[in-house]
Amino acid sequence: MLRTTPFHSRTAPLSEAQNWRRWSGYLAASSYELHHDREYWAIRNSAALIDVSPLYKYGIEGPDAERFLDRIVTRDVTKCKLHQVLYTPWCDTDGKVMDDGTLARLAYDSFRLTSAEPNLRWLLDNALGMDVSIRDITDDLAALALQGPTARRILHHAADGVADDLGFFRHTTGEIGGVPVEITRTGYTGDLGYEIWTAGDNAEALWDGIMEAGDTHLILPAGMLALDIARVEAGLVLIGVDYVPAHRAVIEDRKSSPFELGLGWTVKLDKKSFVGRDALIAEKERGPEWELRGLEVNWDSLKALYGLVGLPPQLPSEGWRTSVPVYSGNAQIGYATSGCWSPLLKKYIALAHLQSRYARIGTDLSMEVTVEHHRKKTKVQVVETPFFNPDRKRSTPEVPR
Amino acid sequence: MSASRYDAIIIGGGHNGLVTAAYLARAGKEVLVLEKRHVLGGAAVTEEINPGFKYSVCSYVVSLLRPEIIRDLELPKHGLQILPLESTFTPLPNGDYLARWADHDHTRREIYRHSPRDADAYDDFGKLMYQLAVAVKPILAMVPPDPTSMSPKDLMGFLKLGKHFHNLGHEQFHALYKLMTMSAADYLGEWFETEALKATMSASGIIGTFLGPRSPGTAYVLLHHYLGEIDGAMRAWGFAKGGTGSISEAIASAARSHGAEIQTGAGVVQVIVKNGKATGIVLDDGREYTASIVVSALDPKRTFLELVDEEYLPRDFVSDIKRFKIRGSSGKVNLSLSELPDFTCKPGVNQLHKGAISISPSIDYLERAYDEAKYGGFSSRPYMDIIIPSMIDPGMAPPGKHVMSIFVQYAPSDLLGGWDETKREVFGDAVIDTLAQYAPNLPGAILHRQVLTPWDIDREMGLTSGNIFHGELTLHQLFCMRPAVGYADYTTPLRNYYQAGSGTHPAGGITGASGRLAALRILADAPR
Repeated sequence: MLRTTPFHSRTAPLSEAQNWRRWSGYLAASSYELHHDREYWAIRNSAALIDVSPLYKYGIEGPDAERFLDRIVTRDVTKCKLHQVLYTPWCDTDGKVMDDGTLARLAYDSFRLTSAEPNLRWLLDNALGMDVSIRDITDDLAALALQGPTARRILHHAADGVADDLGFFRHTTGEIGGVPVEITRTGYTGDLGYEIWTAGDNAEALWDGIMEAGDTHLILPAGMLALDIARVEAGLVLIGVDYVPAHRAVIEDRKSSPFELGLGWTVKLDKKSFVGRDALIAEKERGPEWELRGLEVNWDSLKALYGLVGLPPQLPSEGWRTSVPVYSGNAQIGYATSGCWSPLLKKYIALAHLQSRYARIGTDLSMEVTVEHHRKKTKVQVVETPFFNPDRKRSTPEVPR
Repeated sequence: MSASRYDAIIIGGGHNGLVTAAYLARAGKEVLVLEKRHVLGGAAVTEEINPGFKYSVCSYVVSLLRPEIIRDLELPKHGLQILPLESTFTPLPNGDYLARWADHDHTRREIYRHSPRDADAYDDFGKLMYQLAVAVKPILAMVPPDPTSMSPKDLMGFLKLGKHFHNLGHEQFHALYKLMTMSAADYLGEWFETEALKATMSASGIIGTFLGPRSPGTAYVLLHHYLGEIDGAMRAWGFAKGGTGSISEAIASAARSHGAEIQTGAGVVQVIVKNGKATGIVLDDGREYTASIVVSALDPKRTFLELVDEEYLPRDFVSDIKRFKIRGSSGKVNLSLSELPDFTCKPGVNQLHKGAISISPSIDYLERAYDEAKYGGFSSRPYMDIIIPSMIDPGMAPPGKHVMSIFVQYAPSDLLGGWDETKREVFGDAVIDTLAQYAPNLPGAILHRQVLTPWDIDREMGLTSGNIFHGELTLHQLFCMRPAVGYADYTTPLRNYYQAGSGTHPAGGITGASGRLAALRILADAPR
């Protein structure tokens, strides 16, 4: 049986669509309404409340916690201030990405790491000889993502203003619905947003507190279908879709380095030592073979392909997660792994792995599309990610009263 | 910085004028847009008349904004967001209601509740209308050829058109013929039996016209709804975040990014004509600007009968424009509300508050509303198309409060005895009275009310007779007849004077199509 999250007593009655999927052994809502359209727009236009409890969570504490984590992840943990959060991948000894997540410094010697896949064994193996305790707290901690332009105003009311000045990738504590919570300004949508953490027993009170405060700010519970589109627009990679975790890859070719995933900015090679450093230094010198890039479908090209069969362009209403060949001329030089029609940008976009020499911004390529059962190629252009990057994501203006 | 002489002056900063300006500026032209009001957008404006509450004062939804305009002008980059407006809710006097949703099965189940037969017919009807919309769409995107001209370009245009219709199948051709000639009520009567369904669907055929659902020629406008469906996930139909003024603002921003200069509070009173050519304009404060060409985005009456001296125009043309039908038939009521309307037939706050609400219980109801207008009165029980923007966009009203946009038909521009302030409020009362029958809490929830009659729309927005389409959308005023035969290609009898408003083909809501086609025509004519 799949498990339910601590919010299930609240989310289940709201599920008009009964459209659930599995996420790390838990039930997760794909959408609450029959269509995910409004849930997507809540992320971009008001606020969406997303149950992200199935994320793996690890509590890491002890005098050596900083030194331990600095050895595991590619970011520089010694520079992580108290109540700061880092986004970071971590690699195996060959410099290939095993997972990515957020690392929050809750106290000088206490951190919380999130990940998409289980990582306990890897963490424990690397902690040998260090004074650090590592606990899987996945089941103890319930988590909600509150994402969208009105999120700050909702939190202002729900949490008595404690998060009003909370900066991008910062952490604080407070109370919502009468229960203690932790709030981080993080998320997976590329928008203004927060993630809120509380003990599993407090989950219902937290949900109710936020929904009540959000009612007049058009809050909407949202599922994975809406999130899927938002994260592609934000150019955020998804493990198992855009890359295979190194320790799960059965063949070498399936592995990716941070440089190949557009995560080069997270790799701090000036750190003294961390897992994968030597391999990453070597890769940095010779340059990565692959790069992850944004693709934008050329509308006229797509329209012409559909025109041949007497149809207007048929756009995907959901994000897709399949591997789609990308060509330069007749040669396949890469593959797209996620794509969607962006309702906000009114563009058909995709994330693609491209051989480095075809990855320059502005390069004209083509991508396979299936038009009425036939495989065709539509023109695409290599573009920068994120596709959508609003100022409000990082800015902290005064909360309108 | 102002240029002393412009390549083009655009009269009127409504959405079409701005589209023309943006396309011309994008092509490297020095463009000046002159708008009489303090705010851009014409009938596509958002104004905060009651502090904290934003009204889309006139036009309230994005109907068929052309996707190519969205792309060419990169409007999303300039702030355009079109939010879903997915359901249509028709409350009924008998305590029941009819709802249509974005979800097909949901809608089918709801129609089935009223008539199992109609539920099936709805699917077949939808398919046929979709096919027809695909067939008709290219016509909307073409410059109408001149039927009186023997020029190769015009003949080719008709040849293309003929070939296009020839390619339609048997069934589609007959359906199209019926659509072009029948009334909405009769056409829908061939398919459906549920009164509320027929009435609500036929309403899209009468919006903005001075016709009733039983008037021939109203079926054609039904197609417009399905033209929106073609764009599907592209979504060119919905509610513009920030109200319809944000569409105008996005287009203006695009125009400025290409170097266009835009002035508000600059009312043009005259087009300067020298040697049979338009050479510039005069503003109401006496200032003059000169330009290589002048483009009017105002309606045909204002464009030709007010801005230009009649002596510069051929007499036949002047009488065509004088005869051009431009009666206004609709009004607008905008409300600030302390709480949502609570519908007796569907109590409480529900998802239907996020969609359109249609007061159209039966064909008879609509036709009766029209009867009153035919004889010079406004409808005491009018047709209404309502949305609650604050349920879609949190920025439209203070948290917990709401704005309600009510399109009201019929309110004839030539009301018996004429409009005045008192009659306007009596008209507003009729609207609220009618709604109170379905949502009794509404009158008590009103914090502020703005009532616009065709008289107000004419005076304030500059739309002659308050006609929302710059001229009635009847068959004899469409395509190569819009606004006059021989001048449906955005040119005018006056050299260097062009027209770009909704009074030209294809018109019909916030499409921008007229403005774009005009710009393309101007660029084709321009010396390289």
